[in-house]
Amino acid sequence: MIAYNFAYLDEQTKRGIRRALLKAVAIPGWQVPFASREMPLPYGWGTGGIQVTAAIIGQDDRLKVIDQGADDTTNAVAIASFFRRMTGVETTTRTAEATIIQTRHRIPEQALTEDQVIVYQVPQPEPLWKLIPERPVARRAHALSDYGMMYVKLYEDITRFGRVSSAYDHPVMVNGRVLMSPSPIPAFDNPKMDAMPALQLFGAGRERRLYAVPPYTPVRSLDFTDHPFHPGRADGTCAFCGSTSSYLDEIIIDDHGTRRFLCSDTDYCAGRIEEAERRAEEGGQ
Amino acid sequence: MAFVATKGGEDAIAAAHAWRADRRRGDGEGCTLRQATTSFGRAIDRVMAEGALYDPDLAARALLQAEGDLVEAAFLLRSYRATQPRLVDARPIDTTAMRVQRRVSAIFKDVLGGQRLGPTADYSHRLFDTGETAPESAPDPVAAEPVSPLPSAMGILGGETLLEAIPAAGHDAPPADLTTMPLDFPASRPIRLQALARGDEGFLLSLAYSTQRGYGNTHPFVGELRMGEVAVSVVPPELGFAIEIGDIVVTECQMVNQFTGSKTVPPQFTRGYGLSVGHADRRAMSMALVERALRADELGEATGSPAQDPEFVLSHCDNIQATGFVEHLKLPHYVDFQSELEIIRAIRRQADEQRAEDGMDRKKEDGDDRV
Repeated sequence: MIAYNFAYLDEQTKRGIRRALLKAVAIPGWQVPFASREMPLPYGWGTGGIQVTAAIIGQDDRLKVIDQGADDTTNAVAIASFFRRMTGVETTTRTAEATIIQTRHRIPEQALTEDQVIVYQVPQPEPLWKLIPERPVARRAHALSDYGMMYVKLYEDITRFGRVSSAYDHPVMVNGRVLMSPSPIPAFDNPKMDAMPALQLFGAGRERRLYAVPPYTPVRSLDFTDHPFHPGRADGTCAFCGSTSSYLDEIIIDDHGTRRFLCSDTDYCAGRIEEAERRAEEGGQ
Repeated sequence: MAFVATKGGEDAIAAAHAWRADRRRGDGEGCTLRQATTSFGRAIDRVMAEGALYDPDLAARALLQAEGDLVEAAFLLRSYRATQPRLVDARPIDTTAMRVQRRVSAIFKDVLGGQRLGPTADYSHRLFDTGETAPESAPDPVAAEPVSPLPSAMGILGGETLLEAIPAAGHDAPPADLTTMPLDFPASRPIRLQALARGDEGFLLSLAYSTQRGYGNTHPFVGELRMGEVAVSVVPPELGFAIEIGDIVVTECQMVNQFTGSKTVPPQFTRGYGLSVGHADRRAMSMALVERALRADELGEATGSPAQDPEFVLSHCDNIQATGFVEHLKLPHYVDFQSELEIIRAIRRQADEQRAEDGMDRKKEDGDDRV
């Protein structure tokens, strides 16, 4: 007889994950090892985020799952349906209505509140991995706050390319102490992490690490005084809602390479369209 | 059963084979060729790739004969392949003319011709089907019509020259053929691709994974992954024009990797290429990652990681060679071992004698002291 517990994992495992999360909250940005389990979705597809969500979700929660900012992408749909199946909890696409938002590669455009938790899926929790592939050596660098090599890397980018070349997963300093990977969100989203009212939890299943940024914690993107951090976005306007400030996806619409830009955050885009229609109706009356 | 160092052993070998055949059949007749062909499609694809021969029926036969041991099955196929005459070289297959069942791009949300999942388990929940956890809504199986031709999703980047041109083979002559010449270094790109195409999937996978963890990072994105049937055509010398001789299913992966370049050379995306017979996402993607990692030296990147070392990768990726040599250690080595025994005894004897001599000297010295 095969039966699954509420939210798939057994209660002891979930408690173990919550304990690791408490430690993570106590040391903002610090990578806490945890006994990651095999989840029924492949490693690299969000197993860390899924375990965090499974550990904190309760009957009364409302879950939103996004991938690339969108609720309708295949991976987000698969994860949301997994939680509906394993918890019976209601899922939503509305950012404002969700109590837990699990995300891959984006932070919603709409500002999050103290009543919300955002769970990031993290492929590579170690921000120094491209510079130091040996994890024990990297861990020592964190212990000693030895982050000079990361600044050297950014400096080398500037001398080679005239600018910092990390467009996503740009490293951040948390609470002035710990260098942290923000997960592969575009640099555009980095500023949203700073002093965010919502609790931010990060899960890396394959690498067996959890970390967290408590509400209202300072999060600074690494930069230089004379080369300040530059959060980039495509210079365009959303073809649906007309937003000039949201993060945009580039869509190729014919074989001549004609392109359009659309909001990556589908809920934000839909909300703006609804709002515009409502105003048009009111204006008409 | 006693083990005796016998000469010959014909009876022993016959008995081993009989035992194995008995075990394979189990209680009944075992799995039929037809069942194997329909139920173990991905295993057959892997056997064909590593066996370097496209023949699903023979691969299924090999799989059964090898008790499901994939490397052993590929070995059977490779051995059979060696007996076949080489009549004519096929023309290069054209994957843009593929009858596409599956095509995904991870770099554009939508691409011309659309994202097509095809028959994939990618988004399935790996749960045992208990009957209680039926999918929320199970649509009728839809066999979507394959589309053809479908332009490559990479085309748009090439048009903007953001993507490097397809790297040259190194010369204009027909590419070298790994099956007719020994592997030699430096290995040209065609040779590297040929070696990887028949390389062990586990080896390629682990090497590819190592690049993702910092041991030779390639900053990869899946520009396009496509699977479907392509036509194979040949130009028979007596005809002088191309005729199609059949279709094969292949999976092609084109990786887009982060730019190189400098302040003077404009940055550009580079390519990594993977191709496998059959429906084999994991294999094609691993190959593309390793192929790109092997270009590190050519592109002036830092080297030193295992996946970036052509000699290390190409010399060890063939699992027929690897399994043979690893497992050959089971063969008798009594002669070698006997000579090792003699040597180690001699060395120990010498050491004992030396120690005894030193001891006597010391006693003598001690004795002298007492005087």
